[in-house]
Amino acid sequence: MGPLFDPFLDNEFMLRALLAGILVSISCAIVGTFVVLRGLAFIGDALAHGVLPGIAGAALLGLPGILGAAVGALAMIAGVSLVTRLTRLSSDTAIGLLFVSMLALGVVIVSGSSSFAGDLVGILFGQILGTSVEDVLVQAVAVVVIAVIAAICARPFLLLSFDPEQADVAGFPSRRYHAIMLLLIALTVIVSFQTVGTLLVFGMLLAPAGAGALLAHRIERMMAWAAAIGALSTYLGLLLSYHLDVAAAATIVLVAAAIFFVVLAVTNLRDQAPAWAAPRSGERDRP
Amino acid sequence: MTGSTPDVIVARGLAVGHGGVPVVPDIELTVRARSSLALVGTNGSGKSTLLKTMVGLVPIVAGELRVLGERPGGAPRQIAYLAQFHAAGFILPLRAIEVVRMGRYPNLGLFGRMRTEDHDLVAWALETMDVADLARLPLRSLSGGQQQRVYLAQVLARRADLVVLDEPTAGLDAGGRERYLEAFAGELARGAAIVTATHDIAEAVEYDQVLLLARRVVALGPGAEVLTADRLLDTFGIVIRDPHAHHAGRFVVAERAHGAPQVIDIERPPD
Repeated sequence: MGPLFDPFLDNEFMLRALLAGILVSISCAIVGTFVVLRGLAFIGDALAHGVLPGIAGAALLGLPGILGAAVGALAMIAGVSLVTRLTRLSSDTAIGLLFVSMLALGVVIVSGSSSFAGDLVGILFGQILGTSVEDVLVQAVAVVVIAVIAAICARPFLLLSFDPEQADVAGFPSRRYHAIMLLLIALTVIVSFQTVGTLLVFGMLLAPAGAGALLAHRIERMMAWAAAIGALSTYLGLLLSYHLDVAAAATIVLVAAAIFFVVLAVTNLRDQAPAWAAPRSGERDRP
Repeated sequence: MTGSTPDVIVARGLAVGHGGVPVVPDIELTVRARSSLALVGTNGSGKSTLLKTMVGLVPIVAGELRVLGERPGGAPRQIAYLAQFHAAGFILPLRAIEVVRMGRYPNLGLFGRMRTEDHDLVAWALETMDVADLARLPLRSLSGGQQQRVYLAQVLARRADLVVLDEPTAGLDAGGRERYLEAFAGELARGAAIVTATHDIAEAVEYDQVLLLARRVVALGPGAEVLTADRLLDTFGIVIRDPHAHHAGRFVVAERAHGAPQVIDIERPPD
C-alpha cells in the first residue's frame, strides 16, 4: 500500500492512535464549534490546564487519571463561576489567575513526588502512540455522549451563541445552558487528555473549529468541516511523526494549526478578491 | 381571556434599575392587547432597562409588574424581544433564514419539529420584511439595514402576544422603515401589544401611548398630548421646533450635554 498507509496497517499501535485521534477530532469538532462561536477559548484553555493537578493527585493516590481530571475540571468550573460572580474585574483576570494556580499546583504535586516526574510530559503532551483498546472505547462512548447532549441542546446552544438574552427571553435559561456547555468542554478535555494531552486538546478544540468557522455558513457544516480537518490532521500528523520520528500528538496539533492558518489566508484573499471571484450568492449552501 | 382587550402589561409603583439601584421609580402604566406604547427618552434615561424588566432579563427593583398575567419572563412563548445591539451578527456561520427560524424555537422547545405552519410563518415573515431573496445568504454578508430587517422578521415569525422592540428602526433605510411600520400595524391588528423604545418623535406620535422618560416618568399619555415642547424639553434638553408644521412630528430633539434647556425655532423665509 506504500508509505501513506503501511504505517497504520503494519502497526496496531498506529491504527489505535489513528482511531483515538479521529474520535478526539469528532468530540473537539462538536464542542470546539461552540468554544469558537461563543469566544470561550480562554475558559477552554483554563479547563485544559485545570485538570493537571487532578491528574497528578490521582496518580499520587494510585487512582485512575481520568477521575482526577474530572475532579480538576469540576473544581475549575466551580472556581471560574464563583470568581466571576464575586469579582467586579473582567472574568479574564480571574480565569487567568485560576488557570496559572492550577497549573502551578500540578507542577508542585508532580515535583514533590520523585516517582513520576517524567509523566508530566505525558500529561501535557499525551501518549497517543500508547493508546489502548479501552482508551479507544472510552473515546467512542464520549463521542456518543457529547453528540447526544449537543443534539438535545442544539436550539438553546444556537440561541446562546446568537445572543444570550434571546435565549433567556425564549425560555432557555442562558445560565443553565452555559453550564452544560462548560461541562461538555470539561468532558472533552477529560477524555482526550490521555490521547493528545492537556496542552494539545486545547489546540484540537480551537484549530479545526476555527477553520470551519471561516469555511461554513451553517453551524452543522462548521462542525462537519471541523471534524474532517481534525481527522485529516490526525492522519497527516501521525504519518509525519512516524516517518520523521518526531512527537506524534504535537505534530497532529501543528498540522491542525497549519491548516487553520492556510484557510485563514485563503479566505482572506478570497474575500478581498473582486466581486466576480467571490460569489456572495447562497447557491453553494442550498440544502 | 373573554374581553377583547385584555391587559398585557400592568405596572403599579414599579421601579426599574440595575443591582437593586433604581433608574426609574414610580412607573404606573397599563398596556392592553391591540395597543402600542412608545418609550421616548435620551440614552441612559431608563428605556432599555424598562424593556429588559418587562421581558424578565432584569429583576424588578420595587413595586409590581404583571406581563401577560405572569411575572416578567414567565410566558416566554408569548413574548418577542429585539435588543438594541446584536454583537454576534458577524461571527456566526448562519444564514438569514436560520435567524428567522429561531423565532419559532420558544414554541418548538428542545425537541419539537418544525412543521409546515412553522415553515410558512418563517417564509411569510421574510416576505413581509422584504428579505425573502436574502434568506439563504450568510447573515454576515448582509448590510446592517438588511440584518435589522432579518431580526425584525424573526420577531414577526414569533407570533407573540407582546412585542418588545428596542430602537427597531435604527439602521433601517426608508424602504425598511415603511415595511416595519406596515408589519407592526399588522401585529397590532392581529391582537398583539407593542412596546417600543425610540428616539423618533415623528414615529412616537403614532403610538396609542407615549411614556417620556428622563430617569423618571416625565409624562404618560396619548402622543399628541404628551409630545409638547415643554415636556420634550424636560426630557431631552434641546428641542428644535418647526412653528409652521401643525402635527406633533414638528419636533426634533437632541440631548443637552450641558447648559440650560433650549427651544430652537426653525426660521423659514415667508412663502
